[in-house]
Amino acid sequence: MTSTDQQAFLSVRDLKVHFSTEDGIVKAVDGLSFDLEKGKTLGIVGESGSGKSVTNLTILGLHDRHRTAIDGEILLDGKELTTARESELEKLRGNKMAMIFQDALASLSPYHTIGKQIGETYRKHTGASKSEARKRAIEMLRRVGIPQPDMRVDDYPHQFSGGMRQRAMIAMALVCDPELLIADEPTTALDVTVQAQIMDLLKDLQQEFGTAIIFITHDLGVIADIADDVLVMYGGRCVERGTKEEVLRTPQHPYTVGLLSSMPSLDGPVDVPLSPIPGSPPSLLNPPSGCRFHPRCAFAEKVPGGLCSTERPLLKVEAGRGSACHLTLDQRQEFFADLAATRH
Amino acid sequence: MFRFLVRRVLGALVILLIISAVTFFLFYAIPRDPARMACGKVCPDDLLAQVRQNLGIADPMPVQYWHWLQAIFVGRDYVGVGHCDAPCFGYSFSNNVNVFDTIMERLPTTISLAIGGAFFFLLIGVGTGMLAALKQGKFLDKAASSFSLIGSSMQIYFVGYIAMFFLVSQLHLLDQPSYTPFTENPGAWFSGLLLPWLVLSIIFTANYTRMTRSQLVEQLSEDYVRTARAKGLSRSSVFFRFAWRGAMGPIVTIFGIDMGTLIGGAIITESTFSIQGLGALAVRSVDDSDLPMLLGVTMIAAAGIVFANIIVDAVYALIDPRIRLA
Repeated sequence: MTSTDQQAFLSVRDLKVHFSTEDGIVKAVDGLSFDLEKGKTLGIVGESGSGKSVTNLTILGLHDRHRTAIDGEILLDGKELTTARESELEKLRGNKMAMIFQDALASLSPYHTIGKQIGETYRKHTGASKSEARKRAIEMLRRVGIPQPDMRVDDYPHQFSGGMRQRAMIAMALVCDPELLIADEPTTALDVTVQAQIMDLLKDLQQEFGTAIIFITHDLGVIADIADDVLVMYGGRCVERGTKEEVLRTPQHPYTVGLLSSMPSLDGPVDVPLSPIPGSPPSLLNPPSGCRFHPRCAFAEKVPGGLCSTERPLLKVEAGRGSACHLTLDQRQEFFADLAATRH
Repeated sequence: MFRFLVRRVLGALVILLIISAVTFFLFYAIPRDPARMACGKVCPDDLLAQVRQNLGIADPMPVQYWHWLQAIFVGRDYVGVGHCDAPCFGYSFSNNVNVFDTIMERLPTTISLAIGGAFFFLLIGVGTGMLAALKQGKFLDKAASSFSLIGSSMQIYFVGYIAMFFLVSQLHLLDQPSYTPFTENPGAWFSGLLLPWLVLSIIFTANYTRMTRSQLVEQLSEDYVRTARAKGLSRSSVFFRFAWRGAMGPIVTIFGIDMGTLIGGAIITESTFSIQGLGALAVRSVDDSDLPMLLGVTMIAAAGIVFANIIVDAVYALIDPRIRLA
């Protein structure tokens, strides 16, 4: 791709991530493209195994290089990451791009104090002294709302509560003021009040530093709260994208519709049962032909000629809005309107 | 930490007491009379009674055990021999030597064997294990796995004799195994024990290679190691400061057990190389129904294992802050 003046801060183009396993090749990500600007939040939604985490590990270059084949482009501030050397990536990781992992207890080292873990990222990228790093760690802990940070800085992760660990994890990711922050289900394991605090924290930090955030989740409620744009992934592909309002209010893909109708709605009637999507996520080792969602799709028969099972629907994007489905727009309006009606 | 040590040492003493009692009473379950063996071929009843008196085995068993325990703390007077200072473990039935002195004399041999062997098997075992973990699935990994499998299938008395035949008798590369005190001649100490050390390390290395590899492979796939990489830390610092830290625990555990066992006397190693350590002493005291010596050697071996375990637990707590010592 030729670089244009309008090059986004993070630009992923036709990314393919394939793992070779003993059973064959797993196409974890199969042709994914998106852009992200500074100060914006992109929510990536999808079931387990839809390729959302893999995509982001690949951006950071944390995939297993021996077993992974990568194709496509990942441009961060104009720099190509897929072909970057490990030493170059080391300089970017934790510095220009950082990641918050899901399970903070497992993701923090049990063998080092919180302060040391935060400080060592800072020392690595700024060359600060031990005492400077410690000061910075205390400052970061204060910023993420840990009480008595100058005392807690010497605690080990197991001495923190779940919410505090996640805050410490965020402090660690933000210690070098990264320009890109990837949050991989950072609130999934937390209770709702803590979840809300963490989200507010991320929003505040974003406002302060203009960080670009990729927020991975399978919780549409979280997306509604934090995202600007939404990308829905299914079976390693993007099936729908658009602004938060577009995707949540007027979904265009049956899978997104399914996700929305499997979620309880507070303003809908309480006696309407939730309708889960039948079936289970596809095996990426041997994915379904055509549209990967067709075996679970309620509308597959409505498409003439069994096109859904033979031909991959292309993602047509116009002004950031698009979906990959063979249904015509009229059909969608008709079918999805019913669903919306039952919900409200 | 202090309270932990006090409690564990007290516990260890109780364990040692139980071990001594069990050894004592088991000895009498063997249908052998030490007095008759000491007395000689022609032994009239009155002489036999006298010998029994001299050996201190005329009293009922619990009384004997009490005397034995007492002697450790306050010493004991023996008829015709004189006073035996505390800690007194009595005199050998078979050659009347002081048990405690004999053990103290043999201990440096056994400790030299254990420490030197441990140095080699730790260095080689952990080193190859690390390399194998770094080169997962590559040639080096497979070679290390194969060698460790071969090594762990070997026995000291097999490898030992073959090594002695080729390296000592045929090629004259190494000295005939022997023990010279380190303080007397460090060079001779080293060259005399080098072969037993290497043979010990062939047997033990395998365990450490496999343990190190599997622990590291497991740790390297842990989330916290991935986080360390996500922070931009270099590969080597991720490997040594994170993964290796996590992998150390189980290695320290088996090392503690191995050291305890080796200090108790590497019986087979010592007899293979004709080195006069505690192992050889243990074998002979069983052969001779030499109760005081047998008890002495057993207690040393038991103490070695029990205290090695305490040290392992303490080290474990140093490695992993999640473990609280209490």
